[in-house]
Amino acid sequence: MTMGTPTSSRARIAVSGPQADHAARIAGAVVDPELPMISIADLGVLRGVDVADRTVTVTITPTYSGCPAVQAISDDIVTALRYAGYPDVTVRTQLSPAWSTDDMSEEGRRALAGAGIAPPAHRASGPIPLQLSVRCPQCGSRRTEQLTRFGSTSCKALYRCRDCAEPFDYFKVL
Amino acid sequence: MTTTPSAGSGTSVGTTDVAEYALRLGDDALVLAQRLGEWISRAPELEEDVALANIGLDLLGQARALLSYAGSLTGRTEDELAYFRSAEEFRAAHLMSLPRGDFAVTIARMLIVAAYQRELYARLAGSADETLAGVAGKAIKEVTYHFEHARDWTLRLGDGTDESHRRMQRALDGLWPYVAELFVSDEVEQRLVAAGVAVDSSTLRAGFDQAVDPILAEATLDVPQVPSVSGGGRRGNPGEHLGHLLAEMQSLARQFPGATW
Repeated sequence: MTMGTPTSSRARIAVSGPQADHAARIAGAVVDPELPMISIADLGVLRGVDVADRTVTVTITPTYSGCPAVQAISDDIVTALRYAGYPDVTVRTQLSPAWSTDDMSEEGRRALAGAGIAPPAHRASGPIPLQLSVRCPQCGSRRTEQLTRFGSTSCKALYRCRDCAEPFDYFKVL
Repeated sequence: MTTTPSAGSGTSVGTTDVAEYALRLGDDALVLAQRLGEWISRAPELEEDVALANIGLDLLGQARALLSYAGSLTGRTEDELAYFRSAEEFRAAHLMSLPRGDFAVTIARMLIVAAYQRELYARLAGSADETLAGVAGKAIKEVTYHFEHARDWTLRLGDGTDESHRRMQRALDGLWPYVAELFVSDEVEQRLVAAGVAVDSSTLRAGFDQAVDPILAEATLDVPQVPSVSGGGRRGNPGEHLGHLLAEMQSLARQFPGATW
């Protein structure tokens, strides 16, 4: 059985087994510690939940290969599911298909913008991200400039708005 | 975290060869990540400090996936491979372990390595080995960012002041003898190429030159005309610098085996 998360634009979470929907809701509500405003379901990082004999196997995918949040997310999933009554939890990481910012849900994009992080532009297929102007999450201006492509975390670049002069994070297209 | 590579991967090639190949790619990434990490708190500006650390982190992530896979085929963990092998057991190309040098050397090496990895991973993403294809499909997006970053700096430094131009050209001249090793194929690789698992390194040079030559030209830099060194990093000849790098990288794990925090 496969279900899309209610808010998902593209990412789909494969669930199987008794109470898998329940376990998927618990696991999917875990947040990335570096992006606490967005759940891993909305981020598109949760790939699958399988329940067998009350043993849960959760599959997640990293945003970037070296993302240090993967370990924390993994630990938090185990803890959340144990609290929900699933004592035996295994978290697998899956690299393929590679995570893309297009896996992020519309709800997730709104949550980022609400926290002052410009959400990633949608991209066409192909390895080269399109560079479109980035809208300032504070004042909405498109007169913005990149200060540095490698920002406070792997997934973000640092921008500045030339109208309201505020610096802000931009979630890079990947 | 439990990383579970897809077992078997549906090919009939020897797992020893696959493990060896994964080690080569993983060691390249690991050793260069360590070199980039040396810049943390020392880069010429804060933004660049963060950029070099982020690029190193991407490479470290790629290395972990590749070393975990190699280890899963040979009964070892990624940490055992990273921290408890001698320099002779590493398989990184010599280019990766050369001292970080000045900022120009770091940028020139990043341009060379990212151009090479971009060609490599674009092709390896179609590998018959699911795990290698998965790592490559992920890495190609990351090394494209690395390449663009190195390109921008190469243009800025090469076509900058007399001093920045002089240093960029000197960096390229010093690194260029080590470029050829990246494009040397051997029997292990050829067996894997025949099985559709590996990419023939010797076929990557044309794409590399097409990517790098125009950037150097635009940056008013010359493609160095220098003889190549013999290399041997893939064959267990680690060169003179890797041992020193490992002494630092491995010291904690060797003093306190199994340490966690």
